[in-house]
Amino acid sequence: MAAIADAGIFVPVKASRGYWASVAHRLIRDPLAMTAAAIVLIIILAAIFAPWVAPADPYKASMIRRLRPVGTPGYLLGADELGRDMLSRLIYGGRLSIFMGVMPVLLAFGIGSGIGIFAGYVGGRINALLMRTIDIFFAFPSVLLAIALSGALGAGITNSIVSLTVVFTPQIARVAEAVTTQIRTRDYVEAARVSGAGPFTIVRVHVLGNVLGPIFVYATSLISVSMILASGLSFLGLGTKPPEPEWGLMLNTLRTAIYNQPLVAALPGLMIFITSLSFNIFSDGLRSAMDVKQ
Amino acid sequence: MSHIVDTMFPPEAEDRGGAATPLLAVNGLVKHFKAKNAVVRAVDGVDFHVAKGETLGIVGESGCGKSTIARLIMQIIAPDSGTLLFDGEPVGSAALPLGDFRKKVQMVFQDSYASLNPRMTVEDTIAFGPRVHGLSHKAAVTRAHDLLHRVGLEPSRFAGRYPHEISGGQRQRINIARGLSLEPRLLILDEAVSALDKSVEAQVLNLLLDLKDEFGLTYIFISHDLNVVRFMSDRVMVMYLGKVAEIGSSEPIFKKPRHPYTEALLASMPSMDPDNRTQEAPITGDPPNPINPPPGCRFHTRCKFVSAICANAEPVLHDVGGGQSAACHLANPQSGHPRLAAAA
Amino acid sequence: MPIVEVKNLTVDFGPKSKPVRAVAGVDLHLAKGETLALLGESGSGKSVTLRSLMRLHPKSARTGGSMQVDERDVLAMPYGDLARYRGSIVSMIFQDPGLALDPVYRVGDQIAEAVVRHEGTSFKQGRARALELFERVRIPSPERRLDNYPHEMSGGMRQRAMIALALACNPKVLLADEPTTALDATVQIQVLLLLRELQRELGLAVIFVTHDIGVAVEVADRIAVMYAGKIIEEGPCADVIRAPSHPYTKGLLASRADHSFEKGARLTAIPGTPPDLATLPPGCAFAPRCAVVLDACRNSTPPPALISRHHFARCIRSEPAAARQATV
Repeated sequence: MAAIADAGIFVPVKASRGYWASVAHRLIRDPLAMTAAAIVLIIILAAIFAPWVAPADPYKASMIRRLRPVGTPGYLLGADELGRDMLSRLIYGGRLSIFMGVMPVLLAFGIGSGIGIFAGYVGGRINALLMRTIDIFFAFPSVLLAIALSGALGAGITNSIVSLTVVFTPQIARVAEAVTTQIRTRDYVEAARVSGAGPFTIVRVHVLGNVLGPIFVYATSLISVSMILASGLSFLGLGTKPPEPEWGLMLNTLRTAIYNQPLVAALPGLMIFITSLSFNIFSDGLRSAMDVKQ
Repeated sequence: MSHIVDTMFPPEAEDRGGAATPLLAVNGLVKHFKAKNAVVRAVDGVDFHVAKGETLGIVGESGCGKSTIARLIMQIIAPDSGTLLFDGEPVGSAALPLGDFRKKVQMVFQDSYASLNPRMTVEDTIAFGPRVHGLSHKAAVTRAHDLLHRVGLEPSRFAGRYPHEISGGQRQRINIARGLSLEPRLLILDEAVSALDKSVEAQVLNLLLDLKDEFGLTYIFISHDLNVVRFMSDRVMVMYLGKVAEIGSSEPIFKKPRHPYTEALLASMPSMDPDNRTQEAPITGDPPNPINPPPGCRFHTRCKFVSAICANAEPVLHDVGGGQSAACHLANPQSGHPRLAAAA
Repeated sequence: MPIVEVKNLTVDFGPKSKPVRAVAGVDLHLAKGETLALLGESGSGKSVTLRSLMRLHPKSARTGGSMQVDERDVLAMPYGDLARYRGSIVSMIFQDPGLALDPVYRVGDQIAEAVVRHEGTSFKQGRARALELFERVRIPSPERRLDNYPHEMSGGMRQRAMIALALACNPKVLLADEPTTALDATVQIQVLLLLRELQRELGLAVIFVTHDIGVAVEVADRIAVMYAGKIIEEGPCADVIRAPSHPYTKGLLASRADHSFEKGARLTAIPGTPPDLATLPPGCAFAPRCAVVLDACRNSTPPPALISRHHFARCIRSEPAAARQATV
């Protein structure tokens, strides 16, 4: 056909980059997001390899070394109210704190996306029913809801995760529903229906690829909230139990030392702050890397 | 160039009803949408047919129901009432289940970007339909390459690209290729060239004519651009507020329109003659809202030939000869419109 | 003295290391009471040129050259003067009235507010002016319509209301950016006729950006055809339409579907795709699509060649009309 040369003249011949490859490409060029990612990575790696990284045993108490200031030889970041090495406890503490920050979001991402995508794609009355039910959860502030659920279920790590998952699922479901409703009416989804594809094929091929990204970005922005809430639960005695090192719990047990060793007492809070901020910055970077003309 | 395998088959084998049976016959099509405490009468009783191998143009202004008709035919939305006969067989009946019908009728949308999945390569987009209908991955990809070639895009350069990496005209070629991937007999083009630059529009129109000859296709060509509809269509249907104002062979309608609305629409086109510019607008005001269409003839609020009968009695399509019908009292000598008496 | 004089306008977007030149050296001038149509396809730079005259570009855009409007240097104007300049010297109407009309205010109040802000009159006088303008743009039952919100109006009426708002402070120059493109055919011609009438009665200078040759012919005294950021042909409306000189203009006119009524005939299409501004070829930007391209076209950008007194084209094949007649 003669038109072949005409229509193609100006297309520069270069390899096409897939969507995620181009997102990664842009993300790598975002110095702020990369710094945040590096910080998160370091904290996670340190937590995973804590037995090798930590200079001391985080459980080993020593009454004579209580509340040593930051910079004491052998106690780089000081010692806590029971004389345990702060640096080691902070490194070990990352294990539970990050786990309790990420796990509920991951669970809520799975459940909430499922509910939201289903509601959004089906639409109509089923959608209305599901979403109005979910709206009930929005009547409670998330902190209160988490405390109430944890209180009812009893203290413990598993129960904290369950209650936080319940807190985040409606939020993710709502975002998933909104994105899916938007995608569902796109011409390309109609074109797929017109070509005779069933609902499962359409959701798998045309909907998931376009909605999971935005939902995932939203979910990563919840990790920081989740970490803070989890720490809050531990602080209130509803999460981890002593002597487990966990940043929220450490913040609680050190609160009496706020007047004689303020710096040491503030360290767990600083860790929560840095980690959640890093998660947030990374999530922001991810969003802007994805938010281009696709 | 890579060797292109011919994967498309001539359509004659499928012809069941014979040449005289229209490919598509639409009867009494009605679709009302519920808006906030109101009813939008988008399509309000429309009959027409499309003969095999012809192009039926549908023209009209926003709110006339032309895009709704496309979606009703495609079964994207369900009609309130009305029947579709495809090659003589009722759509959705045992003789022609919906799944089979869907393979035979495809559509190209106006927005070339929104109608392509941004996360799918060109090749996967075109191969999607055949895959759904059971073709192997390899066969579907071969067909995608064949179609890319036929719509004028070199497969080796375009198959792996994403929609945002190519121009609007090229994207619309891909939408056309996707529309053809199931070997349809009827292709509905809903404002398919309206968003393209003028220099590209001509290329795509030529391509559509080539493909029509090559595959023996039948087109429904929906557009607001009368020049383009005139160029493409054998027959034309003019719509106004959910109803057919005039329908018939293209040339008589453009040369001697019998409905005052068609006449106004034609006279509204820019003149293209700097010494003979349009001096007076053919009709005033905007098209009324299809929520509360005027009683009687829906055009009577803007018609310069309006009389009492127009507001009271709704004109039906009247055959004025030469394959042309108009829904205007003036086209029907028995209607009793006072202007007819004055002329006689 | 022309009321608008633009010399060697350039507008660059994107990072300095990889700039995209949307406008690449545009010269244009406009006399009082004259209408110029800027005709071009998407990416030709026509809207960017128009927006430059209002200084509507984001800060990251880099503008070069000079622009004089009503004896003011637009590029050198401090921000304080810019607010006065916009509206009372130069005013703009858009394809989408949503860009000009605020959805949460009554249309009449918006116009009155603009009058109060620019002319320091009372609000009551502003409302009176709004009513007068609504009558002028022929909005039916204007008193009642002044109290409408934009969404309560039909498309054509919103467009009229936007024109009324643009005229609120008696501008001398009206910039129109595809104001009728989104309208239905029967409404488009009404708005075009209204603009022509207002232009004549108020003695406005109008720059009308459009992609539709037919629309340009309806409104313009002169037509300037843009391609890849440059004006490639300019001249009196009738000359450009009847005796186009640049192969692109010729191609545009030839590819129109209204020339070809023979069944089964094909249109004379311009091959190829509109240029990508980031990767323009050296020399004439149209060369890769041009049917009569010469080797020389690919080397340097052709300067404007005069065809007749006011008609020029940037094509090395263009010759004065007199010479052309002599050779035929």
